Amino acid sequence: MRHLLSAQDLDRDAAIRVLDTAGQMAATQAREIKKLPTLRGRTVVNLFFEDSTRTRISFETAAKRLSADVINFSAKGSSVSKGESLKDTAQTLQAMGADAVVIRHQASGAPHRLAHSGWTNGAVVNAGDGTHQHPTQALLDAYTIRRHLVGDGGRADVSGRDLQGLRVAIVGDVLHSRVARSNVQLLHTLGAEVTLVAPPTLVPVGVEAWPARVSYDLDAVLADEQPDAVMMLRVQRERMSNAGGGFFPSPVEYSRGYGLDGRRLRNLAEHAIVMHPGPMNRGLEISAEAADSPRAVIVEQVANGVAVRMAVLYMLLAGEQTTNVKVDAA
Amino acid sequence: MRTTYLLRAVAPLGGEPVDVLLADGVIAAMGPDAAAQAGDDAVVVDGAGLVLLPGLVDLHTHLREPGREDAETVLSGTRAAALGGFTAVHAMANTTPTQDTAGVVEQVWRLGRDAGWVDVRPVGAVSVGLDGEHLAELGAMASSAARVRVFSDDGKCVSDPVLMRRALEYTKAFDGVVSQHSQEPRLTVGAQMHEGVVSAEIGLAGWPAVAEEAIIARDVLLAEHVGSRLHVCHLSTAGSVEIIRWAKSRGIDVTAEVTPHHLMLTDEEARGYDPVFKVTPPLRTAADVEAVRAGLADGTIDIVATDHAPHPREDKDCEWAAAAFGMTGLETALSVVQEAMVDTGRMTWADVARVLSSTPAAIGRVEDQGRPLAVGEAANLTLVDPSARRTVVPEEQGTASANSPFRGRELPGAVVATFLRGRATVLGGRAQDGPDGSRRAAGREAV
Repeated sequence: MRHLLSAQDLDRDAAIRVLDTAGQMAATQAREIKKLPTLRGRTVVNLFFEDSTRTRISFETAAKRLSADVINFSAKGSSVSKGESLKDTAQTLQAMGADAVVIRHQASGAPHRLAHSGWTNGAVVNAGDGTHQHPTQALLDAYTIRRHLVGDGGRADVSGRDLQGLRVAIVGDVLHSRVARSNVQLLHTLGAEVTLVAPPTLVPVGVEAWPARVSYDLDAVLADEQPDAVMMLRVQRERMSNAGGGFFPSPVEYSRGYGLDGRRLRNLAEHAIVMHPGPMNRGLEISAEAADSPRAVIVEQVANGVAVRMAVLYMLLAGEQTTNVKVDAA
Repeated sequence: MRTTYLLRAVAPLGGEPVDVLLADGVIAAMGPDAAAQAGDDAVVVDGAGLVLLPGLVDLHTHLREPGREDAETVLSGTRAAALGGFTAVHAMANTTPTQDTAGVVEQVWRLGRDAGWVDVRPVGAVSVGLDGEHLAELGAMASSAARVRVFSDDGKCVSDPVLMRRALEYTKAFDGVVSQHSQEPRLTVGAQMHEGVVSAEIGLAGWPAVAEEAIIARDVLLAEHVGSRLHVCHLSTAGSVEIIRWAKSRGIDVTAEVTPHHLMLTDEEARGYDPVFKVTPPLRTAADVEAVRAGLADGTIDIVATDHAPHPREDKDCEWAAAAFGMTGLETALSVVQEAMVDTGRMTWADVARVLSSTPAAIGRVEDQGRPLAVGEAANLTLVDPSARRTVVPEEQGTASANSPFRGRELPGAVVATFLRGRATVLGGRAQDGPDGSRRAAGREAV
């Protein structure tokens, strides 16, 4: 693995290897001293063209727990707004000796450009690009699903296991969601069955080529498919065009049709979990009752994000041949 | 004394080889007596295996001057055109200032005349400043020295149906034509690429086929209603071909063009996020490519026009969303048409002459271009070697910009010579820079 640009970069074995490595990383995080010496002397740059405190802190924590030097580079106002170009920024980071660049960018494909243009030699990790991909989010979601639904909430060893046969409903703004695109690919790779649920205006033209079912009726999906995991997507109002009056008539109508409220929560199967990539619009796609319920694993997703990102940085920078993590405490 | 040229054993429109003598700006003789009539000082061109075509005429070229001389100048762009086998180009109106007055179109026309590489026919803007609100002074441009006959807001669509109707009606007074960039603006806000399977996966905002087709459908009905002629720029979808076919079957006076890149490339190219493939209208699906090839072969699509759109490197050396739309095409057009249409057996060289020379000249009302290959006709000619193969290296091209989507691709055919009224602008595949009437090489060397 040279870069991680898309969930599609991972075949089944590679994806399981990341999840297993993340499991080992998570185990080290229960210790009193959480820091590992693995990436000492290596430099990880967090290059964020788009605000995302959560994802940046998660990557920063992951890199620091591996003893890497971390540089945060907030570059709001990229060449899209005629500031410094992506190329110049990349070359600057290259000159500073970045071993890995974690990039968040509002333009789909920007990490791909960074990785393949020759502007930098470092490993590139896509931390979310436009409406394209967010592969570490998909990995942490898969990790969370595996831990709960395969591993009985962490009580069973899940190493080497995939998500065969599990049913996952991804609900909401699929059109603008890099989380949905990444998850559809990775969950499919791992053997899960995905159903996308959204109003038709928020389903992309061309979705028929995706390895997922599409439904416009959340209640029918919850009743008929009894999903094991329900993943609520954030309604991305910041990405929505107002042309034609918007994508749905009103927030109330959206919530009524596609929000996860107490009634729908109670109709879920006993073991089903509720997920959300955050940040949540409480009262829009998810009610407080659902978000704060015992089924919700939303806070745990955040914690798992650190372990997964540790695994990704470790595998990119320390070489993937070594599948066993050196866990000698510093 | 002007140089005379004796073209030995060239194949007019790919037919039987003959000798052709060019003297005093015209085709002086064809056949056995050409050699006899040639003086001792005639320059002999060995034409064995070469196809003789009427000089190519492009109905859709962006020369960028005035305003964006960092991308192209009239000089560099017309030199590139000659290297591509063209003897006339229509310079699109979206310059800065806009070609929306007699003064600006005359300026561009003069720059073209002074450069001397090809005939430059400026296109006039339909609306002032391409703003889509007020008709530009179409009559003044038509009666200017530039004798504008083609009007277009290309780059933008004349989306207001009333303005479009007025333009269609008004241009009848001087036998003009409105050349429409068919793009419904509201359906394409922020659009980056063809909307379909690929855009859904790679997360780029979609430019739906219907945004093109809806405008074409409206415009052919408007043209029918007011009895005007309409030209459709760069159509790109199977649905557009169907609409044009239907319109022609009704007798509507519409012509349509397709670009070389829409004959060859698909939206799959976007997967690598290289903005050299970012263009309007966007590259479509393989089914659309097949439909425009079929439409060109059966005459539904009248012409191939390059939509040569040079951009400086910094406008393509960036993330996709930040990049400019457009690709160069003057120096690859003929080769692409050969590969897509001739080498596939769908068209003859006579068809190539029709779609790249005689019909575009007729649409643009360019009198001495696109003429038959006959004694007495102006010697606007292109000599092609169809057996040549070459790999595209944009930096070696005449255009000042390097945004060719065919970089690194091997294409068939090479322009050996281009003659503008009997003067060689290209000979031996090289631009004839220097004292022979034409200017020196383009000032901006490609980097």
